Amino acid sequence: MSRYSAQPSAADLLWKKNTLALDDRIVITGIGLASPNGNNLAEFRQNLLDGKSGVVDYETRYMPPVLAGVCNFDELRYQKRKEVRRGTRAGSIAVYCSNEAVVDSGLDWNSVEKNRVGVYLGITEHGNVETENEIYEISQFGYDTKVWSHHHNPRTVANNPAGEVTLSLGVTGPHLTIGAACAAGNAGFIQALQMLRLGECDVAIAGGVSESIHTFGIFASFQSQGALATHEDPARASRPFDTQRNGIVVAEGGGICTVERLTDALARGAKIYAEIIGHAMNSDASDFVLPNSTRQAECVHLALSRAGISANDVDIVSSHATATEQGDIEEAKALKAVFDGTRTAINNTKSFIGHAMGAAGALELLGNLPSFDDGIAHATINLENPDSRCALPNLVANEPRNLGEVNCILNNSFGMLGINSVVIVKKYES
Amino acid sequence: MTGVEIRQAVLEILERIAPDEDLSNLDDAIAFRDQMELDSMDFLDIVMELRKGYRVQIPEEDYHNLNSMQSTVEYLTPKLKDVPVAG
Repeated sequence: MSRYSAQPSAADLLWKKNTLALDDRIVITGIGLASPNGNNLAEFRQNLLDGKSGVVDYETRYMPPVLAGVCNFDELRYQKRKEVRRGTRAGSIAVYCSNEAVVDSGLDWNSVEKNRVGVYLGITEHGNVETENEIYEISQFGYDTKVWSHHHNPRTVANNPAGEVTLSLGVTGPHLTIGAACAAGNAGFIQALQMLRLGECDVAIAGGVSESIHTFGIFASFQSQGALATHEDPARASRPFDTQRNGIVVAEGGGICTVERLTDALARGAKIYAEIIGHAMNSDASDFVLPNSTRQAECVHLALSRAGISANDVDIVSSHATATEQGDIEEAKALKAVFDGTRTAINNTKSFIGHAMGAAGALELLGNLPSFDDGIAHATINLENPDSRCALPNLVANEPRNLGEVNCILNNSFGMLGINSVVIVKKYES
Repeated sequence: MTGVEIRQAVLEILERIAPDEDLSNLDDAIAFRDQMELDSMDFLDIVMELRKGYRVQIPEEDYHNLNSMQSTVEYLTPKLKDVPVAG
């Protein structure tokens, strides 16, 4: 019997007694996203099922042309032109996604107590775009700092993206950005879950955003590291788990949800996309950039333990793999250590859109959520020559796979300085 | 630059920093803030754009001269009289 069935078994009741009260159950009720291959969940999902990439040729300052995942959402849907000009790209992405999520949630926003709303957005980095722009600008004036913009500080403070959301939506509760490298998207959801359980807010606007394609530094640094993808066909450049991979495609984007307590969501008859049943974060403590499969596996085990499920209960693992050799190999080791012998399907979203940095974890989870309705796992594309060192038995290669029924998804997101995050969501059934 | 040319330059700056505003009926005698949504950061944008575009330094004690289009043009005319239109 399902843990959430109408007539729970004795085992179900014992589980509930020993774990969470009903008030502690946390659900996703609204989704807004901006991805290089979709500006809402339906469009994004369809392009993931159709194998449509969002990677294109891209110009950045000082460097030869590069490849990037570029978003084309309507900035002016929720902002005036002046607001776009005054704020940051990350802020505009966050404002768009947050407003979309609120609309999608069905919340009567005018009647929501704004001091009971919290905004928690993961970011990989913030401020590099504006700093590079200002240094370029003063270089045109003989490095005269008198032309350095007075907008620099409000644009570069680390809370900028979440702060712009509060300005847009009139939120007077807490707001934070969570700096968590490329584990940040999951970290935003985890922060929301924790704040809701602590009673710090009643509605959380949570997820992750990235504006990183607007800083040349991220491209240049990956290039210097030998980790920047190149390919004559942009759509084939992001190739996790493939022997022909040659690095990361940097992307921008955002994935933001309204997150609520189950009781509140049920009381207002909300659509429930998923329940967050498990989460974990840990640290490698082993290297600045090289991942650590042992710690990754420990993080996954901890999330499973907190969810009260086993690896075999997971239908889909949304992998983090970025198409760097060491990153792919280490995650494959971690996944084999946990999921070997299970039926769990494994897929990858970066193969479609590149690495959306702070938004990656959020977008990668959200693109998989429709599996609860259609039973299909989208693929990892560009897997033409599988790397035997990353051999995963149930990797969904190149074409979507019909799993029949999907009830549980586990989402990996890892980042530099050895930060690991895992979120597990379950289909909600009343 | 003549007064007319300075007015046009200031108008173009206002169009950039307040792109949602309709400036076709701007009254030169009325304070900018009384007919547009301008806050202190926008005001600093005007100062910055003049600095970048025309290399004119405006000390803080003179900021009150940028209150309206009329007072701005009057204030800038002697400072920009030898500056070419292109800025």
